[in-house]
Amino acid sequence: MSYTDFLAVHGGRLLSGAVITAEQTILAAILAVTIALIMGLMRLAPNLVIRGIATVYIELFRGTSLLVQLYWIFFVLPLFGVSFEKFTAGFVAVGMNLGAYGAEVVRGAIQSVPRGQYEASIALSMSPADRMRRIILPQAILIMLPPWGNLMIELLKGTALVALISVADLMFQARQINGTTFLSIEAFGSALVIYYIMARLIITPSMRRFELFMTRKMGRA
Amino acid sequence: MQDFPLQLEDDTIPMVRFSKVTKSYGPLTVLDSLDLDIAANEMVSIIGPSGSGKTTVLRMLMTLETINGGVIYVDGRPLTHMPKNDRLMPADEKHMRKERVNIGMVFQHFNLFPHMTALENCIEAPVQVLGMSKDEAVERAVDLLRMVGLADKRDQHPSRLSGGQQQRVAIARALAMRPKVMLLDEVTSALDPEVIGEVLNVIRHLNSEHSLTMLMVTHQMGFAREISDRVCFFYGGKIAEQGPPDQLFGNPQNERTKQFLSAVLESH
Amino acid sequence: MFDWRWDFTFQILPRLLWATVNTLLAAGIGYAIALVLGLVLALAQRTKVKPLTFVVREFVEFIRSTPLVLQIFFVFYVGPQFGIRLSPWTSGMIAIGLHYAAYLSEVYRAGIDAIPKGQWEACRALNLSMGRTYWRIVIPQALPASLPGMGNYLVGIFKDTPMLSVIGVAELMHTANALGSETYRFLEPYTLVGVIFLAISLPTAAGLRVFEAWVRRRLGMTR
Repeated sequence: MSYTDFLAVHGGRLLSGAVITAEQTILAAILAVTIALIMGLMRLAPNLVIRGIATVYIELFRGTSLLVQLYWIFFVLPLFGVSFEKFTAGFVAVGMNLGAYGAEVVRGAIQSVPRGQYEASIALSMSPADRMRRIILPQAILIMLPPWGNLMIELLKGTALVALISVADLMFQARQINGTTFLSIEAFGSALVIYYIMARLIITPSMRRFELFMTRKMGRA
Repeated sequence: MQDFPLQLEDDTIPMVRFSKVTKSYGPLTVLDSLDLDIAANEMVSIIGPSGSGKTTVLRMLMTLETINGGVIYVDGRPLTHMPKNDRLMPADEKHMRKERVNIGMVFQHFNLFPHMTALENCIEAPVQVLGMSKDEAVERAVDLLRMVGLADKRDQHPSRLSGGQQQRVAIARALAMRPKVMLLDEVTSALDPEVIGEVLNVIRHLNSEHSLTMLMVTHQMGFAREISDRVCFFYGGKIAEQGPPDQLFGNPQNERTKQFLSAVLESH
Repeated sequence: MFDWRWDFTFQILPRLLWATVNTLLAAGIGYAIALVLGLVLALAQRTKVKPLTFVVREFVEFIRSTPLVLQIFFVFYVGPQFGIRLSPWTSGMIAIGLHYAAYLSEVYRAGIDAIPKGQWEACRALNLSMGRTYWRIVIPQALPASLPGMGNYLVGIFKDTPMLSVIGVAELMHTANALGSETYRFLEPYTLVGVIFLAISLPTAAGLRVFEAWVRRRLGMTR
């Protein structure tokens, strides 16, 4: 069977898998960004308890593997009464895992904002909340965009694991096709190419475009 | 803290009083039991070699540094400490925020908010902190920008402005909060020579037209001599000599003052 | 933990600990392959041969942009298509080694690029051979800057070993899955796996920081 024939027969399944992968990625991304902002700020709080909670979360999710976390959330959490159906378990695990990495990026970016900005805010009598919200965070967002670009690609790659709990994403479909046709090169090769396209031709340019937009909005361009 | 009054009750209350103020960084003492009074509307220049503690004086007044000994009073009330049960305790953040709203500062490196236009920089604090309406704040900001000669740059971001222009915006921004005391921390040291003049002009104008108490750390000796009511020469964390400019510059009494002045004037 | 059974825990612990050894072995071998291969990939991108640098560059980008688990499947299933029967171990090592070699090549490149141009010029002026230049001048300076990245990927490789379970390598995750399906109890196996991972990755990360500082001091770098 030539490759075009292969695509004609199986392309649809691969595409539907890709759509699920995209959905997983987007949902996980929203969760990850939210967690990252909250945990990143908590990590910088003066209160020891708040800081401790964030540190524990971050070290826990960065110190263990995504696959283990995924299995734990899907198989073990139900024993504690928290049940997710597999699609949800998938993006929740990926989002919580990458949220931990994201929290460190957020923290690093906030700490990179020049000290003079803090001092000017103090000189103008701004409250700590105003200072963070209006002055520090906007500048931190610009600083954290490039690392977030990498994290987005890691998110995409992370979603491939949800196939292992039988979510019908791109990886799952590739395995199914391989299982029935034994055309491993075509099946897995096509999946690899589709992931590559999603990462390099969709995510990376979008992040760059977003970076440019934010730079202009912040008057830096 | 028994020997420090809860409130100043002299006949004429100084706008700023440093009372036996000490500041150290570990083993290094930067300010050594400093006593300094600044009267309302007085313009005081602080000069001295680096490491003499002059910038620290300003930074402590702006509560950017903590105090290790003594008390700072502003407008008769303690800034670094707060009254509690008839005694003075080290102030908490809330108290300091309340008291320091009368103080404004212009920094050596401007510290303008890069993601806001000149106008937005000037209205940010009045709106957020003083609760001014946006229209009122804009009106005031436009007036101030006009005063510093930058009315036409109101919608520009700092990245588009020269150093001298940025510093003038910084002055307008500090004034927008209607401070009683203005602190100027080496505001021309980071500027190219050709734009220093425009900033000095603004300060000159401020001094003559507005009733402001000003405390200025500077290396611009000529300017300090021209504009100050009093000059303080700092050395080793203490005031080595102070007095009217003509007296300090023209007829310095202290050995160190003489050495410093001759070294500085030599390089010009 | 409402339903935790300590007797079961101690029952399965030996098997999990053996699997941990397997995991560490896999991580170690994979990392060793990646260290060497990564250097090859990095240097290959610095040659003057345009086609080579282009191909290697695109290859590295491709590997970094696609999921490791998919690459593992690819290597495992594609081998037989060409008549090569690869054991799960071997395909796993090849896939992980290649994947992390791509990451490490970027770390090496950044470290080498960070060296000031003047260093290369001085070597030319002194007529040092390329070999000497790299070995005595470039690599000692690139090393301290690269260590944090290299350390991160060591911990990363260890955490990625569970992916080998999907092709049947008897590491920690695979063993936990087996235990789970045999006994229908997943709580203890999966939790223990998590604990074992933490118990290894956290001290390793801390130890690496100490090691980095030591290397910096040994090489006399004040930076």
